[in-house]
Amino acid sequence: MSEEKVITNINETPDSGAAGAEGNVLEVKDLHTSFFTDSGEVQAVNGVSFNLGRGKILGVVGESGSGKSVTAYSIMQILASTGKVVKGEILFNGENILNYNKKQMDEFRGEKCSIIFQDPMTSLNPTFTVGWQLREALRLHTQYKTRAAANRRAVELLEMVGVNEPESRIKQYPFELSGGMRQRVMIAMALACEPDILIADEPTTALDVTIQAQILELMKDLQKKLGMAIILVTHDLGVIASMCDEIIVMYGGRVCERGTADDIFYHPCHEYTKGLLRSIPNVDNMKEKLVPIGGSPINMLAMPKGCAFCPRCENALKVCLDQEPEELQMPDGHYAACWLNVKKAYEEEKTAGKGEA
Amino acid sequence: MAEEKKKSEYLVEVKDLKEYFPVKTGFFQTVPLKAVDGVSFNIKPGETLGLVGESGCGKTTVGRTLLHLYKPTGGEFYFDGELVTDKNIHSLRKEMQMVFQDPYSSLNPRMTVEDIIGEPLDIHKLYTSKGERHDKIMHLMELVGLNAEHATRYAHEFSGGQRQRIGIARALAVDPKFIVCDEPVSALDVSIQAQVINMFEELQEKLGVAYLFIAHDLLVVHHISKRIAVMYLGRIVEIADADELNEHPIHPYTLSLLSAVPVPDPKTARESKRIVLEGDIPSPLHMPSGCPFRTRCRFATEKCAKECPGLTDRGNGHMVACWVK
Repeated sequence: MSEEKVITNINETPDSGAAGAEGNVLEVKDLHTSFFTDSGEVQAVNGVSFNLGRGKILGVVGESGSGKSVTAYSIMQILASTGKVVKGEILFNGENILNYNKKQMDEFRGEKCSIIFQDPMTSLNPTFTVGWQLREALRLHTQYKTRAAANRRAVELLEMVGVNEPESRIKQYPFELSGGMRQRVMIAMALACEPDILIADEPTTALDVTIQAQILELMKDLQKKLGMAIILVTHDLGVIASMCDEIIVMYGGRVCERGTADDIFYHPCHEYTKGLLRSIPNVDNMKEKLVPIGGSPINMLAMPKGCAFCPRCENALKVCLDQEPEELQMPDGHYAACWLNVKKAYEEEKTAGKGEA
Repeated sequence: MAEEKKKSEYLVEVKDLKEYFPVKTGFFQTVPLKAVDGVSFNIKPGETLGLVGESGCGKTTVGRTLLHLYKPTGGEFYFDGELVTDKNIHSLRKEMQMVFQDPYSSLNPRMTVEDIIGEPLDIHKLYTSKGERHDKIMHLMELVGLNAEHATRYAHEFSGGQRQRIGIARALAVDPKFIVCDEPVSALDVSIQAQVINMFEELQEKLGVAYLFIAHDLLVVHHISKRIAVMYLGRIVEIADADELNEHPIHPYTLSLLSAVPVPDPKTARESKRIVLEGDIPSPLHMPSGCPFRTRCRFATEKCAKECPGLTDRGNGHMVACWVK
């Protein structure tokens, strides 16, 4: 009886009107995560704030070492043993999950929030069948307590994520499946408890383009069907452009810029975002030389005092060297943390003042 | 006379290249895995040919077989008009070099940068005095944008982008005419990729070296290449000018590959429709009969199952291997 109820739930479109009005399913406020290593404290995430709307797709983009994965792991509380959230709040439906005890956290993980990782081969257990691993999640978190019920449900889940012949697949081991199939199994496992939030950490980076297209389409479909919110962590601006409602651009553990996809791609207001967009081959710039961002990626052990991007920024001001820029709202409503915007706003104000006078 | 003319036109001529790997399927049974099955292409001096395809399509094997890192099973490879064989490959490696994908595993961690870049000079005895060797190395480091003071450091002290520069300097040490670049930017961060791509282009302008640029990122390949070849399961399915291929792709596989590329532009992304291919690449051990793509092709007919199509010219050197299109 209860089984059937849940199954029908899955195919129903969520009542976005009632739920969506409340706004955010997840709010991250001033998150600081550090790793305490032998060579000192590494501030991997340094004051990150963002909101995740119910049923929305949020893209987190940045290069390696920008703190995008650590942000995701901080939300799931699956940091390495040296890592710790030192400051900030992570509010899930208004409750701070950092105050959760172990039991509450176990409930949160899986039932409220799931994660899929980049490499499906290392995140699935090679010694158990796909079915065993799916059943484990189901019997732990859902009402499918018996083996038979969990098995039936596992087959349904695999069918939902587009795995062909699910009955025979659940008897197979991960190594017998292709990369795309494994990622589908990972997604099925993450969806087993119908979470409110799905965190996808570089879900398609290890896959080929045609398989990547399959998985992205699948994630979009499922998001529409199940109404969950997705945090998509990736370095691929192409993937971000085609998937996300909102985008956060990260550099050196800080948020450079956040806004809608159109804001970020067509009106970038942070020097790093601008540089990033200039440096990737696009359909329009095939005949031109790419404009690379100079310098090398940031060394997290020796963070600059001011703006993290300052050492690589061509238009850096004096103030960038020793003061961190505040996040500022742009005229079109999105946010960027760059001193150049402050300067621009000040100059505009000044000329406007002159005009009036 | 005809021989002379031929020699001047193409630097690299590959004809029907084959590379089979024996795979044990039972105690006494071995089955050939056809990683590369009849690949032909030409590259002019100073030109870049892009080679794209999904993992397992044999694109890396093509590059490695050309340099005899794998012994070719069949086919011919003429370099500057000279047939490449086991006997002359060692001297010919002075003319052709390779840059590898992973800058972490392709540099010896126990050697300094100076020794890494100097090794090809040692092997081919390209200097008469120690001073000359040092000067050559310094010149190469400058060419790829490394500081002279880096010469005494070890590879682990560098970031990915800088390591790739060391790898490129090593390839350039013997002053080659042709470099096989096997996914040289895939392991690098987005902001560093552009630096390395630009460097490849500048070096080509300066030194007139030809590239076989192997990669899976179609936008990168389109940017750097003059012509592009698309591979699927060990065969080239389409080869054309880079712009021509992107604007008028003919082969159904190229079409779906191009539509699957996520374009970093939200408006285009919203408007464009992906042609999502169903299923995975078949195992090269159990190749489908006839055209290798037919199992995932929307247009497949009976003929496709019987015979494998060869490359045919559709005008202006746009070659396609397909019965239907």
